[in-house]
Amino acid sequence: MQRIGDSPRVRRVLVGLAIFFSALFLLLPLVAIFAQAFAEGLEMFWANLSDEYTLAAIGLTLFVAALTIPVNLVFGVFLAWLVTRFAFPGRRLLQTLIDIPFAVSPVVAGLVYLLLYGRNGWIGGWLDSHDIQIMFAWPGIVLVTIFVTCPFVARELIPLMQAQGAREEEAAVTLGASGWTVFRRVTLPNIKWALLYGVILTNARAVGEFGAVSVVSGSIRGETNTLPLHVELLYQDYNTVGAFTAAALLALIALFTLAAKAFLEWRATRRENAA
Amino acid sequence: MNFVMILRRGTLASALTATLATGVAAPAMAADRELLNSSYDIARELFATINPEFIDWWQEQHGEAINVKQSHGGSSKQARAILQGLSADVVTYNQVTDVNVLADAGLVAEDWQQQFPNNASPYYSTTAFLVREGNPKGIESWDDLVGDDVEIVFPNPKTSGNGRYTYLAAWAYADKAFDGDEEKIHEFMNQFLDNVKVFDTGGRGATTTFVERGIGDVLISFESEVNNIRKEYGQDDYDVVVPPVSILAEFPVAVVKEYAERNDNLDLARGYLDYLYTEEAQRLLAGFNYRVNDETVKAEFADEFPETELLRVEDVFGGWNEVMETHFASGGELDQLQRR
Amino acid sequence: MNRIASLTAASPKRVLPGFGLSLGVTLLFISLVLLLPLTSLVGQLSGLSLAEYWAIITEGRVVASYLVTIGAAAVAALFNALFGLLMAWVLVRYEFPGKRLLDALMDLPFALPTAVAGITLATLYSSNGWMGQLLAPLGFEVAYTWVGIALAMGFTSIPFVVRTVQPVLEDMPGEVDEAALTLGASDAMAFRRVILPHLWPALVTGTGLAFVRSLGEFGAVIFIAGNMPYETEITSLMIFVKLQEYDYVGASAIASVVLAVSLLLLLVLNLWQGRFIRRLHGGKG
Repeated sequence: MQRIGDSPRVRRVLVGLAIFFSALFLLLPLVAIFAQAFAEGLEMFWANLSDEYTLAAIGLTLFVAALTIPVNLVFGVFLAWLVTRFAFPGRRLLQTLIDIPFAVSPVVAGLVYLLLYGRNGWIGGWLDSHDIQIMFAWPGIVLVTIFVTCPFVARELIPLMQAQGAREEEAAVTLGASGWTVFRRVTLPNIKWALLYGVILTNARAVGEFGAVSVVSGSIRGETNTLPLHVELLYQDYNTVGAFTAAALLALIALFTLAAKAFLEWRATRRENAA
Repeated sequence: MNFVMILRRGTLASALTATLATGVAAPAMAADRELLNSSYDIARELFATINPEFIDWWQEQHGEAINVKQSHGGSSKQARAILQGLSADVVTYNQVTDVNVLADAGLVAEDWQQQFPNNASPYYSTTAFLVREGNPKGIESWDDLVGDDVEIVFPNPKTSGNGRYTYLAAWAYADKAFDGDEEKIHEFMNQFLDNVKVFDTGGRGATTTFVERGIGDVLISFESEVNNIRKEYGQDDYDVVVPPVSILAEFPVAVVKEYAERNDNLDLARGYLDYLYTEEAQRLLAGFNYRVNDETVKAEFADEFPETELLRVEDVFGGWNEVMETHFASGGELDQLQRR
Repeated sequence: MNRIASLTAASPKRVLPGFGLSLGVTLLFISLVLLLPLTSLVGQLSGLSLAEYWAIITEGRVVASYLVTIGAAAVAALFNALFGLLMAWVLVRYEFPGKRLLDALMDLPFALPTAVAGITLATLYSSNGWMGQLLAPLGFEVAYTWVGIALAMGFTSIPFVVRTVQPVLEDMPGEVDEAALTLGASDAMAFRRVILPHLWPALVTGTGLAFVRSLGEFGAVIFIAGNMPYETEITSLMIFVKLQEYDYVGASAIASVVLAVSLLLLLVLNLWQGRFIRRLHGGKG
């Protein structure tokens, strides 16, 4: 079959351009991170990595992600179920609302949480008088992280569930299955890969969030310092290699995310072809 | 909740399992009391050195094992966090205004400047220049910075206390040189600000710009900081120039009584700040190129700190409140000067 | 990130259970996590008169920062429209070694923390960095100029266009190409007349999203922008400066402008896309 842009010359030029620009804008920064991290050798890299504060930052970052993911997973599934399985007024508004975190600058996201839960905020004042610390402690970091990552799972599920339609589920209900059984037996197997991808994206963003977390963290070294904040801190300590070591760690998580995504897609196409 | 403590106890893996399994509850810690010191962003190495010494000192004096935690950031950001509930016991800042904000909110005593010697400033510094090797542009004082071919790097006075001191030092110099002639001062400041190449948001950002990115002929920062940079990045590549006239930069300290009381740390907080005035601590401070008042230490380090005329903010500008109002507030002198 | 799939409307009959539960959970979550914090922004603004609000958001330096931000974001979005179209085309239409790797690489900017991106770009493009050394002799400065801001914004929003155009291009039947070419159109003409109109909604949506994302970007930009008043200050920095001055009200006022513009753009994109798809499918859905 004849296709547009199929001549070898056009193909070579376009592929060449694509590779050139991708290498320039995407690959080069990635290489630079690792080059800087290993600038003083493997030993230094290891020393920087096993620094107690770096370890503490890794621990906190994973802890925050571990709390954020289940919350957004549950919310994302409920929201997707709601907007793809029922028609009701305000559906489109709801879909725009969950895009808010995309539209809000991370600094502003941190600010609004600070204004609400800080000592002078509506809720914060009450919390303060009861000696409950939300801001400048891990709960604050978890809250803003949930905020910035809440669209990801829902965004992955909605198009898929829309495309699949509700026929299978409706059939199951007609046959007398309960809501939970329908979800577990019919919906979940259909959406599990999209769900997993949503989780991977949520995780990547949760681990990497900087702006919003920096506002509410209080940057207490070893206690409320997440890995991205630690990158900045080391950078400011004249420890460029240390900063890029932490950055390389984050880049590794990013690469893992990309690999996981590629794997999921590969699986999906293989299944499609098999079917 | 203390990750350092958890991590000290074992490997990363077991720490993570412990954290994730228990969710929030952390095991009881070895030290009963913890002091939180909220400080400016370039004081990390300084307090990383002082804190262990203080912990030993307190153990010796009171037989109690304690721990000191640090929070660092731009000092306005730090004060804001305390206003919003970061329960720091003491503040060690590089700007009087940021402590005043806390005093206005009732978190710090009204008369905090009288509670410790030397206006509650255990150490001080001034604004100095870091130039490239051999000082190719021949920069010796402030009037060498307004030439056509000089590129300056210092942090944004809007976002950095460090940057504010630089702005005030230049103004104070002009005020003195032109005998208070407003028009000439403005002209001088205009040229000075025009020569700025990059306005980083903080002191360390400016350093990176100057040193690692190779931008600018002169970096203006605290004397302590330019000396530290030179030590860090090579004695041969840079020279330090302390101008004959500059501004006195005080580093105020205060107890955040509201939180210290609640944390049951009042004695510990006072003890910590008192410790900064001891000969031992003053020697550590001088080692980080801060100027100190302790006579013995002063004599020991006399060679390192050139004689220079230090103008006081109170004398030149009438006080920090006036400075903030006339110069740095929205629509103030700085905004006027930078207007196009 | 695929937003082009709202082709089928949900079934109007409520055969399925869980409407009440999912509505309840969703509304509770949206209220608590998204809307409640935003009310604090409104709370800050309620103390301002309209004239005061106007004065804050139209102050000369702030207006200059809008122009810098919008200009750089527009350049970044435009670059991404072209680059994204190229990448989507190459990844869908051609087979070549390393294609899968290239495809995976496209998502890097989403996965990489913005602060890391900022530090890395500043390191690469400053006059003594790898790229800066190449560009400096040509008299082309990137770091600490307006170009640097656009570069950082462009980097962080690369995936938007690629990932919105790609699925649409994949779903396009090959017969469309053939028909156009058998009618004797050249490659370029066929692309412009046949392919581009089909990709248009996805391309606009992707570019719009990239633009919105760039408006709010802070972490990546701040390291590479020179932050010179009136020249290289972005609006997010102005919010940051206001906060530094303990001026929550001023910060909230400027933040509300960015937020309103972004939300408006998103809403327009959502509505436009809905209309376009309806038209494309002859009024169905």
